[in-house]
Amino acid sequence: MQSTKENTRIGFYVCHCGHNIAAMVDCADVAKYVKGLPNVVLSRDYKYMCSDPGQELIQKDIREYNLNRVVVASCSPLLHEHTFRSATAAGGLNPYYFHMVNIREHDSWVHTDRGEATAKAKALAHAAIDRVAFHKALETKTVKINPDALVVGGGIAGIHAAMTLANAGKKVYLVEREPSIGGHMAKFDKTFPTLDCAACILTPKMSEVGAHPNITLWSYSEVAQVDGYVGNYKVRVKRKPRYISEERCIGCMDCISQCVFKEPKFEDEFNEGLGKRKPVYIPFPQATPQIVVIDPNVCLNFKRAKGPDGTPIVSDKCKKTCVEACGDKNAIDFTQKEEIKEIEVGTIIVATGFKTFDSKRIPGYGYGIYKNVYTALEIERLVNASGPTGGEVILREGKNPDGSPKHPKSIGIIHCVGSRDKKTNIWCSRVCCMYSMKLAHLLKEHTDAEVYNFYIDIRAPGKGYEEFYNKLLDEGVHFIRGRVGEVTDWAMTPEEEGKLVIRVEDTLAGYVRRIPVDMVVLSSGLEPQADAQDVRRLFNMSCGTEGFFLERHPKLAPVNTFTDGIFIAGACQGPRDIPDTVAQAGAAAAEALVLIDKGYVEQEPNTAFILDEECSGCKSCVPLCPYSAILYDETRKKAHINEALCKGCGTCVGACPSGSIVQNLFEDEQIFSEIQGVLAYD
Amino acid sequence: MKYSYYPGCSLKGQGRAYEESLLPVMRHLGIELEELPDWNCCGATAYMAVDEGKACVAASRNLAIAEKAGLQQVLAPCSACYLVLNKTQHLIHDYPHIKSTVDRAMASVNLKYSTDIPVRHPLDVLISDVGMDAIKQKVTHPLKGLKVAPYYGCQIVRPYATFDDQFNPTSMDRILEALGATVVQFPLKTKCCGGSLTGTLPEAGLRLSYIILKEAIKRGADVIATVCPLCLFNLDSFHGKIAAKWESTRIPTVYFSQLMGLAFGMTAKQMGLQRGLVPMKPLASAPACCAARTAAAAS
Repeated sequence: MQSTKENTRIGFYVCHCGHNIAAMVDCADVAKYVKGLPNVVLSRDYKYMCSDPGQELIQKDIREYNLNRVVVASCSPLLHEHTFRSATAAGGLNPYYFHMVNIREHDSWVHTDRGEATAKAKALAHAAIDRVAFHKALETKTVKINPDALVVGGGIAGIHAAMTLANAGKKVYLVEREPSIGGHMAKFDKTFPTLDCAACILTPKMSEVGAHPNITLWSYSEVAQVDGYVGNYKVRVKRKPRYISEERCIGCMDCISQCVFKEPKFEDEFNEGLGKRKPVYIPFPQATPQIVVIDPNVCLNFKRAKGPDGTPIVSDKCKKTCVEACGDKNAIDFTQKEEIKEIEVGTIIVATGFKTFDSKRIPGYGYGIYKNVYTALEIERLVNASGPTGGEVILREGKNPDGSPKHPKSIGIIHCVGSRDKKTNIWCSRVCCMYSMKLAHLLKEHTDAEVYNFYIDIRAPGKGYEEFYNKLLDEGVHFIRGRVGEVTDWAMTPEEEGKLVIRVEDTLAGYVRRIPVDMVVLSSGLEPQADAQDVRRLFNMSCGTEGFFLERHPKLAPVNTFTDGIFIAGACQGPRDIPDTVAQAGAAAAEALVLIDKGYVEQEPNTAFILDEECSGCKSCVPLCPYSAILYDETRKKAHINEALCKGCGTCVGACPSGSIVQNLFEDEQIFSEIQGVLAYD
Repeated sequence: MKYSYYPGCSLKGQGRAYEESLLPVMRHLGIELEELPDWNCCGATAYMAVDEGKACVAASRNLAIAEKAGLQQVLAPCSACYLVLNKTQHLIHDYPHIKSTVDRAMASVNLKYSTDIPVRHPLDVLISDVGMDAIKQKVTHPLKGLKVAPYYGCQIVRPYATFDDQFNPTSMDRILEALGATVVQFPLKTKCCGGSLTGTLPEAGLRLSYIILKEAIKRGADVIATVCPLCLFNLDSFHGKIAAKWESTRIPTVYFSQLMGLAFGMTAKQMGLQRGLVPMKPLASAPACCAARTAAAAS
């Protein structure tokens, strides 16, 4: 029963959405107005159209009044278009005979004049009524889902997501930029509030990842290109040369001990530059994979220059004692080149993490000026038993009179460095209060120093967090409420000589204090990764204004992105602690499993197609398609659109000079009648 | 590039040495300065505190004159002028009622304030437009061995940090280093000199000057370099009172432009160094004649 315009029978419903719409739009008046429009058989206003009774009302009316078109004026289609299409289908109609009008986000929420808002609702409703008459029955298409998955980023989020998928029997590629997985968590000493050792709970998971038969771990690698669509992504992964054969290296580290550099000399990234490493190194003892890396920037066997293709040039000038030490294993390969691997996956989980705020951006806190100012991450390494000092907290600058290293007797921990500040980052980094208190506890435990926390507010909203705060208070850690003005070596009294003075307004005591300390710890906030924008483009995701990846819905789709089949987990979506990260990673894996186990996905039929008889074969549409969905058929001399790739963006439709591309749900007569409808109301 | 030079009252009076040193130094570096015709008082901090709208009228008249003369940039060496002109632009931009007050007032004298003509500080022009290389090239008498405490004062970096950091500015440090001087690490570089409190509430104001002088001496500085006429006045003028109340802190305070002139081979007299109350010791690197003149000026 294909209806023509003459026997169109429309049912119209305007939703109050409680007070959300009804407070600003006179819904009964809108319903009354629409009732008088052509083809409208019935017009109702109802408190909550999305409720079960609301949906049943549509179904009942379709049957009783023999409706063949349905229009609902309510919220954004993003929220409930699917709901009402399903209700329309349940009533026995093709779901695409439904059309939705947004009078909440586009009307009631953004206007303050009830009369004008009501008028706007009527105009929008009129447009929909005129348009829906031209709707056609459409079929959704299904696309198969490749069961393999890709996880990008090997921090705790990526590790947990990969393990969850792998344990469910799915094949997972885990791509990590650094030589080892582990991310920031591998650098932490203890975790709050339970104070269990970060390595003890993380490294077993890391080894599991390394050994899991379902996980292909590519460390020292980066995703270079992503093509395709949900269920069928083609991904190119760049594998950086580590100058060591991953197959042959057994992780014995003989090459490291035999390197011509007898002493480690180069800044050790894992220890935040507090320690040194050799040109051939393994980032940390529990690194996964247990494969060494050669740093061509400092290895003597490379010239300090790059070839025309940007790859380091081998000089062969070193004695190569490492090669000798490796012997028959023959794992060292100075000729290794960057390699590109191509994989096909159905779903992708992006878990690329965060970077810490660069404390040098606030010169007043003295990081980089005064040596005894540390970042929190440096302290994590300093208190760690396998850190550069074996867990002994010694100051960078200053010695005891006998020449021995000096331990701090007083320590100031400054919260919110680069957070909650209009001049740097406006957001709360969520983890700093808790990690500052954890470090306060650890520093006190290691040094018995007086520890001062300078805070704006203590934010401890987690299980056992407030209890941890109380524990610290009992331990005698000092808490001073106030944002620190500056850290300076300007001494005003003899007691302040040789110390770092923290100047702060104590907002509880109500005066400005000067507190001299030996060591200052800056609790730097969390920021998006430096290349977050590139990664966003790579995976066709969105970012919020602050630069973290944007979830599809902040409450109801927190791990989904606006691209189907691509999920986000962990601190790349916003600052969060380990428990929340792991929970989110599990959620992302579960969302991926929904697609994988269903095996197929239904695609919106709002795709474009070509009217063959009209197409002149000019090819102007081909390069315009952002999804590479248009091919040119040489034999027929016509363009052809792959519906599985088409996202319905409409670019080709607008560009076609002969008007021979049509898009479902956006046909000319539908759009023109909509425009006429919106202009008809005055 | 030609700049419209807005001296303000200080550079014609108390801070005459600033003008005497800045103009030849800028000319030496190829910067053309044309004094703004018929300029008037910027209003300083006092007028702003009484009536922002009228203060903006006074200040913006200078900008309107510069605009009418077709000049692209205004150079405001005095920190108070620099701040007030900047603040005026911000207020006109942010507050429609101030804009209408200014527009009305300008119209009554056939002037018009329409564009945000850039208001620049000499340090900004030196590091951004002239460049460190050009400055280094002109140094003929490096200030070797001279230990300088760079003191910026508050007004050129707060609240608007347009060309340098708000709390740890480094533009003058870099210039002084280019002149061959040793810049001492000086954490008080943007601390309060006492401002007008040295006059209105001396027990509070003088203490602030004293803190800065004392710290500069403690850090081994031979001289304090500043950019601000009021800072220089406070640091240079109250040594007797400070010595009576606390201790002697006799260290000379000079304009950075005076040191630039010396490094470029100009004489102490040309640079107005004789106007300082605490004399600066002659430089070892200065040519014989100059050294003699510095000494003469000092005595």
